Amino acid sequence: MAKVPVQFTLNGSEKAEFIDSGTTLLNALRDKIGDTSPKGGCHQGTCGACSVIIDGELRLSCLTLAETCNGAAITTTSGLAEGGVLHPLQRAFLDTFATQCGFCTPGMIMAAKVLLDHTPNPSRDEVVEALSGNICRCTGYEPIIQAVLTAARANSQNAA
Amino acid sequence: MELRKNYFADVRKDDLHEIGQPRPRSDSPGHVTGKTAFFADRSFPGMLHLKMVRSPHHHARIRSIDTSEAEKHPGVAKILTARDVPHNVYTILILIQVGPEDETVLADGKVRWKGEAVVAVLAETERAAQEAAAKVKIDYEVLPAVFDMEEALKPGAPLVNEYHGQNYYLYDSGECRKVRFGDVEAGFASADHILEQSYQSSPIEHAPTETTGCVVAPEGNDRFTCYTNTQAMFFTLDNTSIILQMPGSKLHFVGGTVGGGFGGKVDVIVEPIAILGAKLTGRPVSFVYSREEEMQISSPRAAEKVVIKDGVMKDGRIVARKVTGYTDAGAYSRHSPYGAQKGAGHYPGPYTIPNVWIDTYCVYTNRTPSSAMRGFGVTIGDFALEVQMDKLSRLIGMDPLEFRFINAYRDGDMKAHRQPTEGAALIECMQEASRAANWPVAEKFMAMSSYRKGA
Repeated sequence: MAKVPVQFTLNGSEKAEFIDSGTTLLNALRDKIGDTSPKGGCHQGTCGACSVIIDGELRLSCLTLAETCNGAAITTTSGLAEGGVLHPLQRAFLDTFATQCGFCTPGMIMAAKVLLDHTPNPSRDEVVEALSGNICRCTGYEPIIQAVLTAARANSQNAA
Repeated sequence: MELRKNYFADVRKDDLHEIGQPRPRSDSPGHVTGKTAFFADRSFPGMLHLKMVRSPHHHARIRSIDTSEAEKHPGVAKILTARDVPHNVYTILILIQVGPEDETVLADGKVRWKGEAVVAVLAETERAAQEAAAKVKIDYEVLPAVFDMEEALKPGAPLVNEYHGQNYYLYDSGECRKVRFGDVEAGFASADHILEQSYQSSPIEHAPTETTGCVVAPEGNDRFTCYTNTQAMFFTLDNTSIILQMPGSKLHFVGGTVGGGFGGKVDVIVEPIAILGAKLTGRPVSFVYSREEEMQISSPRAAEKVVIKDGVMKDGRIVARKVTGYTDAGAYSRHSPYGAQKGAGHYPGPYTIPNVWIDTYCVYTNRTPSSAMRGFGVTIGDFALEVQMDKLSRLIGMDPLEFRFINAYRDGDMKAHRQPTEGAALIECMQEASRAANWPVAEKFMAMSSYRKGA
């Protein structure tokens, strides 16, 4: 099968790979580049576990062809902590018990990050809307919603 | 968190240091950083991908299997059928002497449910395995199928599973699990009212976000490391040892990290065939359910039917209860005989009833095999019982919570399956519920205790 080159930045680092044409970004990240933080829960765009951020926008990596990401800046949950210090969202997910099995967590954090990047002080309804594409089967959504609201409050206190 | 310290104050120590305090989970830092290693986060050079050819029929005889075209498909490394599996007929609970072995790893001569695994295809890529699987030709003779439990129990119904010989699990007590306590007919004769109701539930899929699967790596020392998301590591290890006729010392299972289980990952399904594939090819093997397989193939909670007949007095006492429970195992036992048995012990509920008669059947049908799920055997029973309790309270014009206080079991009461009640706290829970829900009950109920005076 013909290989195609792809080149993008992942969490600030340059990545270049030859992939089979038609490879999803999810599979390219996990199998070729070795970033397994995006998860494959359905491979059909319904569970949100594979969510990543591409050029500032929330995307489902299982429905995104890797070859369409040339030149893009991609962020995943594995790249959020800086110098060993957790991102406020990661801290909040820890503190509010917003994880149980952990499989949906990276996708949830991606969705929440895009929300807070655009809307630093979201209402509860806005948090619910932002997480509506991500399925959790363990905790229920309430601790996750609280985590995002907690992170938003922490951000605004730091900014003040 | 508020701790109620007034309950059972004389029997408990109040030196609690952990309860009521938030403590960080040890696994959360891995979850929020994406570092937690789920089984599918491991891959190995040269790893093969396994895809299953599944039955399109609910019940059929297999006349022939032709894998010749599939074998020629580019990228195919190995194709497995029933004759490749050393001990193909198994049942999970044989480890605790709950037999007979009744399920095939790969179908042999017959399929008993739509979706049953027939042929395993191992190939260089998932896509090649899928394409080759589509080229396997299986000639089926479709047989009559039965989907309804009561139909399955009728004489002349299609026989689902020859390893049982009849469409129900044969307990040592006979065609059903039985509980007999007191004289239920005398109880009904003395009752002011009798209410008989039927309750039914559908199968329920756990739908974990991570699908069932495993990754197997052959090691240099002739052992196999199996990274799996099973919820039952030792059931899986021991059953794999039986199925592959391989000493357990050759098997190294790595797991405990499960992306949602809820009972749905308790069966032994993917590991034996993946390890067999690794053994016969000498290569790592990945077998991961698609989302469709997770929803359609993995065991759901069993469908149940519960028929409850209660005799109740005007003063609120339940004097007789007769329950017939049916658990739909689907085509194979898996954990359902155990679930149905749990139901038999549970149907009196947390209530003291002097006359009880219970029959619970574990029934085989041509539906997807059911198995464990959160409180299986009792959860649907509780739904039925508590709806029944509400209906009974309305029947006699009594407050539904007060009605439960009257019947609540208390320490020392003999349960229908002849276990004395110990450590009961139902009265106290209901007292708290009364306060929390602002649903007042008469003062005499708020003064009750699970301890019986003089007991």
